[in-house]
Order: sequence, then C-alpha cells, then structure tokens
Amino acid sequence: MSLRDTLLYVDGVTVTFDGFRALNALSLVLEKGEMRAVIGPNGAGKTTMMDVITGKTRPDSGQVVFGADTDLTRLDEPDIAALGIGRKFQKPTVFEPHSVWDNLLLALAGDRRPRFTLWARETAEERDQISGILQTIRLAEHRHRRAGDLSHGQKQWLEIGMLLAQKPQLLLVDEPVAGMTDAETEQTAELLREINRTRSVVVVEHDMAFVRALGVKVTVLHEGSVLSEGSIDHVSDDPRVVEVYLGR
Amino acid sequence: MSRLSISVTLALVLGIALVMAVLNLALPEGAALHVPTYAVSLAGKYLSYAMLAVAVDLVWGFAGILSLGHAAFFALGGYAMGMYLMRQIGTRGVYGNALLPDFMVFLNWKSLPWYWHGFDNAGFAILMVLVVPGLLALVFGWLAFRSRVTGVYLSIITQALTYALLLAFFRNDMGFGGNNGLTDFKDMFAIPLHADATRSGLMVATAVLLCAELLVARYVVTSRFGKVLIAVRDTESRTRFLGYRPEAYKLFVFVLSAVMAGIGGALYVPQVGIINPGEFSPANSIEAVIWVAVGGRGTLVGAVLGAVLVNFGKTILTGALPELWLFALGALFILVTLLLPGGILGLLSRRRARPAPTTPATEPAE
Repeated sequence: MSLRDTLLYVDGVTVTFDGFRALNALSLVLEKGEMRAVIGPNGAGKTTMMDVITGKTRPDSGQVVFGADTDLTRLDEPDIAALGIGRKFQKPTVFEPHSVWDNLLLALAGDRRPRFTLWARETAEERDQISGILQTIRLAEHRHRRAGDLSHGQKQWLEIGMLLAQKPQLLLVDEPVAGMTDAETEQTAELLREINRTRSVVVVEHDMAFVRALGVKVTVLHEGSVLSEGSIDHVSDDPRVVEVYLGR
Repeated sequence: MSRLSISVTLALVLGIALVMAVLNLALPEGAALHVPTYAVSLAGKYLSYAMLAVAVDLVWGFAGILSLGHAAFFALGGYAMGMYLMRQIGTRGVYGNALLPDFMVFLNWKSLPWYWHGFDNAGFAILMVLVVPGLLALVFGWLAFRSRVTGVYLSIITQALTYALLLAFFRNDMGFGGNNGLTDFKDMFAIPLHADATRSGLMVATAVLLCAELLVARYVVTSRFGKVLIAVRDTESRTRFLGYRPEAYKLFVFVLSAVMAGIGGALYVPQVGIINPGEFSPANSIEAVIWVAVGGRGTLVGAVLGAVLVNFGKTILTGALPELWLFALGALFILVTLLLPGGILGLLSRRRARPAPTTPATEPAE
C-alpha cells in the first residue's frame, strides 16, 4: 500500500476526559474507496474516534491526516465538513421542522455563508440532485413530509441522504441500523454498498449480523486502541476479541 | 407565519393607524368618533413596542437566542433619538443655552462632550439609531457566539448587559442626563412635537416601519438563510457537521434584530416624550419576551399581537389597580407557558389545522 492511496491516517491519537483514556494511542489507516467496519464493546472509543476525525474533540496528542497532508486536528467542524468528511450520528438527527426536501437542500454541497444563503434561490440543478438522492434513499414519495414525522428507519435514511448531498469523500456512519427492522437493516446494507462504489465509508456498528452482511475489513477497538483487524471471520476467531466480548 | 397571516396583520396595522389618524385630525374634539391625541400617542407607543417584540421573536423564535436584554438595544436607539431631540431644543431650554442641554448647564459643564457632537444633525442621529445598537450587538454577539455560549448562560449575560447599561446611564458623569434622562423635547425635524398632526404622523410612521420590519423579518426567516437558522435553533451541532458556521448565522440575525429594536426605540421616545435609564431595566426586556410568548413564539405576527394586547392590558390595569400589574404579568407568563405553549397564534392555528411547521419544538434541543 503506497501513501498515495491513503485517505485517512489516524496516527497515535490519545484523548483523555478527566483522567479517563477514551483513546489510547489509536492508529488506523483507511484507503481510498475502502469501506471499514469498526466494532468494539461500549466505551471502546468508537464515538470518540469519530469526534476526533470530525473536529468535535481535540486530541491530547497524535495526528489525523486526511488526503495528502491535511492535519484535521487543527481544524474545526465546518472546515472538516467542507473538506469532504460527512458524519451520521447514532441517534438520527435530521432537521425536524423542515420537510424532507429542505433537509436535503440544506445538506447539498455549496456555499455555506450567510451572505449566500440569504439570497439563494433553488436552482434546477439543485432540484435534480435532490430528486436523485430521494430515489437512492427511497423517500421520493415523502419529499413534502415534515422530517420529524418520518419513522425511525426513514429518518436514518434521510440522514444518509443528507450525507450523500454533501458529496463527501469520506462518510462516517455511527450505528446506522440501531432500532431498524430486519428488512430495513438489509436495505441499509445495500445502500451503504452502493454509496461505497464512489466514496470511502467507516461504519461503527454493534450488530454483528449487519457487519457480516457488509463483508468488509473489520477493526476491533478495545479501551481506546486497536485490538484486532482483518476479515470478520479472522477477528471473530481472535481469542482476545472473544475474551473482550464474552468477558473473562 | 403564513402569507395570509402576514397580509392580514399588515392590513390591520396600517388600516387602524390610518383610521385613528384621520379620526383624530379630521373630526373636531367632542365629536362622537373623535380619537383623542393621547390615544394616538398610546397607539404609537404600542406599535413601537411591537417593533421590539418582532425583533425579540426573530432571535428567540427562529435562532433560539433567548435574549433577556433586548430592551437595551431599544433604549440605545431611543437615546440616540433623544440626543437629537435635546439639541433641537436650542435656546428654549430653562437656561437658554444654545449649545448645552439643560442638565449639562445644571452640572456646570462648559462644553459639549465629544459624543454629543453631530446629534444636531437629523441624518447623523438617524444613522446612530441604527449604528449604536447594531455595533453593540456585533461586539457582544461576536464574543458570545464564537465562544459557543448558548441557552441559559447566554440569557444571563444578556441580562447582565442591560443591567450594566442601566447602572452606567444612571451616572450623571456619563453625560446622558443621569436619573432624569432626556426630556422636555420641543421639535422634531423642525416640526413642533406636540402638534396633533405630528403625533398622528409619528404613529402612522411607526405603523409603516413596523410593517417594513415584519416584511424584512419574514423574508429572512423564509429564505434559505432562515432554514439554516431554524436548523441551528433546534440542532446546532448538526449544522456544524454539515459545514455551516452557526455563529455567523446567529451574529447576523442578532445584529439585524438589535437594529430593528433600536428603530423601535427611536420612534418610542418622541411619542412618550422622555427616555431615561429605567428603559434599560431588566424587567423591560423580560416583559418583551412575555409579549412574544403570549402572542406565539416563532410566528412574527404573534409578537405584534402579544405586544399590543399585553400593553393594552397593562394600560388598563395600571390605571385601575397599579400594584397588581407585576403579579398579573407573572401569572400571565406562567399560564401561557403551561396552557398555551404556542401562544395565541398557536391556539388559532391548532384550531384551523396543524401547527405551523416552523414553530419551535416545545422540548429543548440537545
């Protein structure tokens, strides 16, 4: 693997909260176009890792390099979003008072400054992009509904749609199938694979069946560092992983 | 905040203002339909309060900034206008000093403080009505929003801001008339202020500017900017991960709102004939928030309705039972919060259909 193919390089990142080490010299390499599943027991540092990559939390030490040479630890959330890193939260967070359409409109890549949005008019190009995303996330017939009125699974999809609208190079997806029905889980796996054709994806998930269905390289986190890495079969055979998951 | 409710409000505000002005000026005193001049000025006062209410609703209803110090911007606009009106008095003051207002002569000041220069010019004074509140909001908002101060902490520091200004303006050394403030005005734009036509003109001008304010506010909140603003109100952190800078959005709307409040204050002062530090009192700002809550937060139109209704009630109650007013206001706030979370407008739209999609959620955002 050459450096050129690396999209994200998390290098020895440590984060402490009041003496608790949420991340402990965590290192991780993600290639361009890769989809990676990150698993681990509660408190393993999965969400903190996302917080560091997206600029919400600043690490005590270590670097996060995006692309060729951008150090993400020096940037804040809007800057990192503008670079092309999108994030989907564990709890679906859509803009509830707005329609599905407006949620996607606000997420579309474009000028984010007040001086632009104050005068912005919806363009035909924007309408085409939104219609396309509505097809992908299977919400075309719900476009005029208030986002707050959608079902849990539909909100998750809308949020994934908002990520797509941002046109990110890298998507960070936190527990996308939590609380979904089996059918919805299956459709979500399909959706993520479709997205992965053009973008890199990191999925944090508890649901092992879902991770297996994705069929990608798995990183197991434990106490803030990488415990094991490899195919799902490889990591589930790893005695250290079994111990962490099943207890001593 | 539908197109219909805005149109109805504009028509009502302008229509009632014009009818009152005509009935005041065209009919002789004593005629059955004659509207007395004090009622015209009272209506003008309500309308300038309504301008403050719309400004409060813009930041509270649409950006989630619960400002408990918005009356400070109203008072600053009022003081800028008051300074102009003081200079217009000229030699007609008690001491007959052409340059110095009475209170400065009384304090034995020999020359006009530097910050009073220019206020003899109406254009400069009007500019200051916009610039002074806007600038204060810009500095205050820039510091507060970039430090991500939100929620109750922001409310507390806005309250502290207006209280600090209250104490400062009470001091005689500040050069704004101390405790007594600025009063005894004679002319405005070289027209006698106490003439009936001036009173009616000011009231109608307030109505027109209130309508302009409503239209500007409506444009802002229905634009894409406004959609981002509502998103910031409900889920600020999410907007950051989408690449928006909430602080920039809040700062713009906070400054705009402060300027609007300042214009309201500038129209208030000539109609009530006085501006004193009491206008900075924290209770005034809280009262403005109650007007908005009563009318319906996040609706703009509700702010106008709430300001006029509550102040009408205040006029009646403080005339009949003055000691009861604060209790009545407190009770009103509690009742509205418990029984009418959407205010009067929320009640109306619930009856007609579902609540407007842009009204804020009753539960606090994360």
